[in-house]
Amino acid sequence: MINPVSRNIFRMFILILFQVLVLNNIQVSGYINPYMYVLFILLLPFETPRWLLLISGFAIGISIDLFANTPGMHASATVFMAFLRPYVLNLFMPHDEYEPGSYPRIYYYGFTWFLKYSLVLVFLHHTFLFYVETFRMTFFFHTMLRVLLSTLFSVFLIILSQFFIYRKQK
Amino acid sequence: MRSLLRIIIIYHFQILFVILEVISISLLLNHNNFQKARFLNITQSITGRIYDKIDNTTAYLSLKKTNYRLSEENAKLKNILERTYRSDELFFFGESDSIHHQHYFYTSAKVINQTVNKQHNFLTLNKGSDVGIRPEMGVVSPNGVIGIVVGVSKQFSTVISLLNLDFRVSAKLEKNNYFGSLHWDGKDYRKVKLDEIPYHIDVNVGDTVITSGYSSIFPEGIIIGTVSNSEVKGGNFYEIEIDLSVDFKSLVYVELIGNLQRKEQIELEELGND
Repeated sequence: MINPVSRNIFRMFILILFQVLVLNNIQVSGYINPYMYVLFILLLPFETPRWLLLISGFAIGISIDLFANTPGMHASATVFMAFLRPYVLNLFMPHDEYEPGSYPRIYYYGFTWFLKYSLVLVFLHHTFLFYVETFRMTFFFHTMLRVLLSTLFSVFLIILSQFFIYRKQK
Repeated sequence: MRSLLRIIIIYHFQILFVILEVISISLLLNHNNFQKARFLNITQSITGRIYDKIDNTTAYLSLKKTNYRLSEENAKLKNILERTYRSDELFFFGESDSIHHQHYFYTSAKVINQTVNKQHNFLTLNKGSDVGIRPEMGVVSPNGVIGIVVGVSKQFSTVISLLNLDFRVSAKLEKNNYFGSLHWDGKDYRKVKLDEIPYHIDVNVGDTVITSGYSSIFPEGIIIGTVSNSEVKGGNFYEIEIDLSVDFKSLVYVELIGNLQRKEQIELEELGND
């Protein structure tokens, strides 16, 4: 059993490399830019202290930025998303509470719960990111379309990865 | 004092959020002014090295196409060599001091990383200040304009791409020399926009657009693309859409252009401004 801290750090590196080396080179029809690295924030354990949530959001965001030559852009969006995660978790709380010892995974809380959870957070992240990236309101609807399509594609990748990687986990 | 501490402890989450957002937004704003890309110099040598490794392996995939393009360009260059012309003493007089009259110099570099699908696209090249690359050198490919160098580390340099919302370059119509400002609208990596062409002149689909040579970065006459659509919008100017002649998705080798007389030109122009 690897301890959770090193497992999360390992996951962070894998996601950064996957994002930078594979996903950043994918472009479908000029509208879809998948950003799957946010999965890191989604999968952090429930008990993560909230300040650590923000720090890890900043860390992974700024690492993506260094590779993409956009210092601050992904960092601000990911910090924003990490900030909202506790509230979104509260919103989708099943029955009474999240069981101690469980993780935010499909395995524990079901497909629908995970879909709603990731859809909301990824949408918030992408909205923030794409509007900061454009930094002007003239292309409002064009940007909105990019946000919606990219969100769908990122969530699709995230769900897919869950089925591939965590299939056998108990 | 104690109550202040208590407030900080209670609201540490919100306070930390604001602090981190302020840090990242200020990083972003400082960077947006793309002349200030100094921040990158520190990090570039690390990320550049990683990209370099990966590029070494992926370069094989496009080897055939690259070879073809290089040989094509070789042929073109041989055609303009002096010895393929019949020299006529009346026009070719000996100029021993060639340094003094050379205006631009070229050096080649390899693209080791680039994006086309962002709103602010950049390229990374495998040459840096060690071989004399400086910020504000122009970058072109055999097919046309690519961008301008913004950041340089010892072995790498970053280039702001033509496909960047912050990029502006002066361009003109080849047939009648009317010039305007060229920019990208962030939508399609094969199309750019040309503004400020007055509407009384004649613009046809297929007209060639070239650099104007006013910016002291690019020499005059480097091809950018051809007009694909033009319409008069609002005032007295055309809004012209241009098909780029460069395919940004298949860039491998590019050339950097240094202007030997840039300093002199800029000093003179600033003298006029004062």
